[in-house]
Amino acid sequence: MADTHGAVAEHNPNLRHHFDTMEQQFDSATLGMWVFLLTEIMFFGGMFCAYMIYRSMYPGAFASTSMHMDPMFGAINTAVLIVSSLSMALAVRAARLGQQQALQILLLVTIFFGLAFLGVKAFEYHAHWVDNKVPLFAGHWDYSNTKDFPNQAQYARPAQILFCFYFFMTGFHAVHMLVGVVLMLTIFMMARRGKFGPTYFTPVEISGLYWHFVDIVWIFLFPLLYLIGRTKKLI
Amino acid sequence: MHPVSSVRTYVLVWLTLTILTFVTYYVAQIELGEWNIVVALLIAFFKMMLVILIFMNVKAESPLTKLFVGAGFFWMVLLLGQVAIDYISRTWMPEGKMW
Amino acid sequence: MSTVLQDPQTIETPNYLNAEYGWKSWLFTTDHKRIAVLYMISITVMFVLGGIFAGLIRLELLTPQGDLVNSDTYNKFFTMHGIIMVFFFLIPSIPATLGNFLVPMMIGAKDLAFPRINLLSWYIYIAGALFALIAIVMGGVDTGWTFYTPFSSTFSNTFVITAAVGVFIAGFSSILTGLNFIVTIHKMRAPGMTWGRLPLFVWAHYATSLIQVLGTPVVAITLALVGLERAFHIGIFDPAIGGDPILFQHMFWFYSHPAVYIMILPGMGVISELVSCFSRKAVFGYSFVAASSIGIAVIGFLVWGHHMFVTGMSMYASLYFSLLSFLVAVPSAIKVFNWTATMFRGSISYDTPMLYAFGFIGLFTIGGLTGLFLATLAVDVHVTDTYFVVAHFHYVMVGGMVLAYMGGLHFWWPKITGRMYPEGWAKFSALLVFVGFNLTFFPQFIAGYLGQPRRYHAYAPEFQVYNVLSTAGATVLGVGYIIPFIYFMWSLKYGPLAGNNPWKAKGLEWQTTSPPPTYNFETPPIVTEEAYAYAAHKEEHGG
Ligand SMILES: [Cu+2]
Repeated sequence: MADTHGAVAEHNPNLRHHFDTMEQQFDSATLGMWVFLLTEIMFFGGMFCAYMIYRSMYPGAFASTSMHMDPMFGAINTAVLIVSSLSMALAVRAARLGQQQALQILLLVTIFFGLAFLGVKAFEYHAHWVDNKVPLFAGHWDYSNTKDFPNQAQYARPAQILFCFYFFMTGFHAVHMLVGVVLMLTIFMMARRGKFGPTYFTPVEISGLYWHFVDIVWIFLFPLLYLIGRTKKLI
Repeated sequence: MHPVSSVRTYVLVWLTLTILTFVTYYVAQIELGEWNIVVALLIAFFKMMLVILIFMNVKAESPLTKLFVGAGFFWMVLLLGQVAIDYISRTWMPEGKMW
Repeated sequence: MSTVLQDPQTIETPNYLNAEYGWKSWLFTTDHKRIAVLYMISITVMFVLGGIFAGLIRLELLTPQGDLVNSDTYNKFFTMHGIIMVFFFLIPSIPATLGNFLVPMMIGAKDLAFPRINLLSWYIYIAGALFALIAIVMGGVDTGWTFYTPFSSTFSNTFVITAAVGVFIAGFSSILTGLNFIVTIHKMRAPGMTWGRLPLFVWAHYATSLIQVLGTPVVAITLALVGLERAFHIGIFDPAIGGDPILFQHMFWFYSHPAVYIMILPGMGVISELVSCFSRKAVFGYSFVAASSIGIAVIGFLVWGHHMFVTGMSMYASLYFSLLSFLVAVPSAIKVFNWTATMFRGSISYDTPMLYAFGFIGLFTIGGLTGLFLATLAVDVHVTDTYFVVAHFHYVMVGGMVLAYMGGLHFWWPKITGRMYPEGWAKFSALLVFVGFNLTFFPQFIAGYLGQPRRYHAYAPEFQVYNVLSTAGATVLGVGYIIPFIYFMWSLKYGPLAGNNPWKAKGLEWQTTSPPPTYNFETPPIVTEEAYAYAAHKEEHGG
């Protein structure tokens, strides 16, 4: 592949002045994205770290809060994101092979499933709001015992911590999804103008990396938030 | 630059990921005690590796990229592990046993 | 600036300063050299601001009674001093100015890998600084620069969110600078510029960038969580619902201890260049000095608990962090020994940059060694939150980083502006800085060891003598900073032309014109020799 890039390097209008070859430019952009993803790992890592500590401090309370989340929604959303990751991977492949039509369609599919994910998420948030499980807003927090959850009041205080985690972690993730969707729309517009081909597909490639990363974060959030102590009858 | 994977590979990975998602879902309903979380995280880790290696194409990337991916894990472990050192060895914890 | 540009003597060679004119050519530039100048101006403004707060602190502490301001105001003074100096001066100081200017030139590149991201990082920095300024104007912050919970999240009634947002934003500017350096150093090196030939300044910046990229996001999310906790009056560090404030300290120091190395490593890189050039010798043990930079960056992430020995952290964790804190002294010591060995039998000249380098080596050694006292568990319990700690980190931050910055600024000033500064004044002010600094901070070691606690606006009368000395020293130090500011400005117009290589130094940046052309080199350089290939014997050099 390297030689095909070298051959067109001098003429490629996409080569920025301070790079010598297209290959150097591509390598720099990909490495840059990987370094950026490192920072993202540590950004979410801070929250995972705090989550780990509190979960081990209050195992009962965390299990109790998880009962208020519907793991089926979580699983479906995971599946939705995985489909979007597949279409993203195929979009990058199409860009590399110069398949313009396929690239545009696959980008649209990716955007569609990204939005579907956000839709499901919004639906869940709404359910928590109605259910008074949003400690962040006064008047929207109620953790007293009910018929379905006769023993949960004992966890009322630390349960707020998990709900804060739930909203902060999924919230930051949703913000990343939104950024991803905007990014994909931009890439789609560029693709429509025929910007990409076998010699220049850097933006598709590196936004793909970002998209997959956001997917990976969710792969961990799903079991950590939705699937705590589902077998125990703690409630 | 590196060769692209075939559509077949991507679809197979996608299939595996989707199946594993629902495996996670059902395994969580089985009483495994302490092992529930371990199994869930192992599956998640495996899924992550699939995404990184195939979807993100790290398997065909340069050693440098692999090094940076590895550094990400390493620093994450530094953060989680060293904070955990404190909490594991504390003698007072709200809900009793720590781990 | 404009006066320089109109000077017929410099207008002959096209350079980055006369390539374009007008404010737009600066605010929309993507030239790493111009962005470095933008950063230089901005951090100088922040330095003056932080310095004013430092002056107010020293003024209050002249007398034992709290008679100038009340304790609330005093809390805001030291908080704003800390936040501004740490996040808006020290962190960007050398990387964003000298690093930005020199890293591409030293490796023979036309620019950083992502010039537009470089400009973006400056705008992000400005946005963060604006939030910090807004916090000051609205009434200040009183949490200390560490934002400890639960005070910051629940009890403080000052503008914590605004300041935290400022630091959060500025963090991304730091991340982007680090990202740019990492990619640039990996991918943009000139032919022949192998890793083993990189100047140690570049190695130091690579290590710094690693910390910026891996550490900063953690403090960003931590401060974001504190901000959210304040905004919603509930969150995850709140002891009232079972949260653990000590966890905040873990996450804060995961970044903020390595951040100390963001502040000192680039300085070490500068000193390696200075010592080598003014001893006319290659740096002794090049590969050890290079590796010790990476070693510091990695081990720096293993020691943060030494800030928390008295917080209620598990004593076993304290043992662990104490042991590793001793370990991190090893790579720092390697550097000090190797600089000393470099000077041994070198033909040393005593130009201003070298005076600053001498100052750095001595003061950093004191700062580093007192750090070992603080890593010792029992001693730390005695001196925690006393002026001993204050003196220790000022020896590293000011005695180390600021001196290195000043030394580097004098060394590369002729390259940046094409002009020489007045050597006599420069030597005089270097002396003032050294004397003033020691007068300010050495008494604080004693006062702290005797038990004067930090962060109080009043103190027991027996400590007054140390505080009077300290305030006197701060005045001298202040003069020592003002003089260079004046003669640097003066030199822009009246300084004698420097020529391309006034120090007869090695390194690619000296092979191009002063000031350098927009793309740094007329012909792309090819590197054929090791770094610091100084001829072993006497060689005259100007200056
Ligand atoms: Cu420290």
